[in-house]
Amino acid sequence: MAAGFKTVEPLEYYRRFLKENCRPDGRELGEFRTTTVNIGSISTADGSALVKLGNTTVICGIKAEFAAPPTDAPDKGYVVPNVDLPPLCSSRFRSGPPGEEAQVASQFIADVIENSQIIQKEDLCISPGKLSWVLYCDIICLDYDGNILDACTFALLAALKNVQLPEVTINEETGLAEVNLKKKSYLNIRTHPVATSFAVFDDTLLIVDPTGEEEHLATGTLTVVMDEEGKLCCLHKPGGSGLTGA
Amino acid sequence: MQADAKIRTESATESGPRGPSCSLRHFACEQNLLSRPDGSASFLQGDTSVLAGVYGPAEVKVSKEIFNKATLEVILRPKIGLPGVAEKSRERLIRNTCEAVVLGTLHPRTSITVVLQVVSDAGSLLACCLNAACMALVDAGVPMRALFCGVTCALNADGTLVLDPTAKQEKEARAVLTLALDSVERKLLMSTTKGLYSDAELQQCLAAAQAASQHVFRFYRESLQRRYSKS
Repeated sequence: MAAGFKTVEPLEYYRRFLKENCRPDGRELGEFRTTTVNIGSISTADGSALVKLGNTTVICGIKAEFAAPPTDAPDKGYVVPNVDLPPLCSSRFRSGPPGEEAQVASQFIADVIENSQIIQKEDLCISPGKLSWVLYCDIICLDYDGNILDACTFALLAALKNVQLPEVTINEETGLAEVNLKKKSYLNIRTHPVATSFAVFDDTLLIVDPTGEEEHLATGTLTVVMDEEGKLCCLHKPGGSGLTGA
Repeated sequence: MQADAKIRTESATESGPRGPSCSLRHFACEQNLLSRPDGSASFLQGDTSVLAGVYGPAEVKVSKEIFNKATLEVILRPKIGLPGVAEKSRERLIRNTCEAVVLGTLHPRTSITVVLQVVSDAGSLLACCLNAACMALVDAGVPMRALFCGVTCALNADGTLVLDPTAKQEKEARAVLTLALDSVERKLLMSTTKGLYSDAELQQCLAAAQAASQHVFRFYRESLQRRYSKS
């Protein structure tokens, strides 16, 4: 009978739970789902991490390649994030070019990397003006059950901590790069940004870590990214109902 | 054509002199300047200029229709180059802001399209886009439950706040926050930020943005009063 009510009036069904300050999966309003992380599972990538936030599963693989540094910043490398939401993770995504959700998520991750200064791009430079590292961060969602931004940020951070770059020296005579695969070092991660997403219900209630259904029923969402010093890197509130400052 | 030119210049409004406490750049707005869209507006903030056109409520593709609401679409075209991922992200922000205020349930199974063209970018672009979109929606007669405006705040390294920064100020700032506020209760509809800042600074920016939005909403009101009193 409850299943029938849920299909016909999903919002009312949800409100019954919210009135008792809990949610259909038994969580409190401020409780996160169980989080599990698996680091270094992809051996062909330079760094990888698999994150599960309840049912939402996201995997991040990082590959490092050589590139010429940008002409306007010859002492910097590149970090290129890309979020992919394949049809595998949810029936709402079709195959083909990246949809709007994937593009927005990619831009969000690029903003977090830029704002939080998680790695100094100067650390990725091997030889100013000639050679630098470019880190391709591919984040793929395997199961979409809400709160994709938090999971992607977490997977990216975990994978970056797992990345080991080999030592590279430029041979003076030939001018070619010599890679020493035996000597690898970890990246210098300067800050650890953590994203927290909220769903706004009926203009007043804030719920942490929304599932897919909750996101669909919510009137708005809010994502806050903070680093360990308590500084805000990003306050992403794409429309939705208004919130007062407090 | 003479009459058209006359009507057009009369529908343009410029902001009057403001008090010393407000540090927004000079802004101007012109409505109903394009003949094809149902509503159009051009919003100028200092040297930043955005042209907006609204088509709707109009027919919607069956794949995109929502049974009980209007489908809102926003297209943002940059001044040069092809639209990329950053434009998509901005389109999503503007679309969600409009969805929060437009009464979509009055026009189910229709589409309302907002097309924004960046004419010149001299800082505070997203806020200018939001203002132009709001004026264009009003010009098209789309029912809304509130008006909205965009305000940009830049935080410098020494902690000072600059409202409506120019492109140079934005580059030098430690953090740039773009906030969209609604006209009824000055609540925060949309926020997107760049850079690092603390919680207290966020509250400061929000308060400053709420004060600045007063001026913008007063300008909207004056602009619409002038337009409708002539016709």
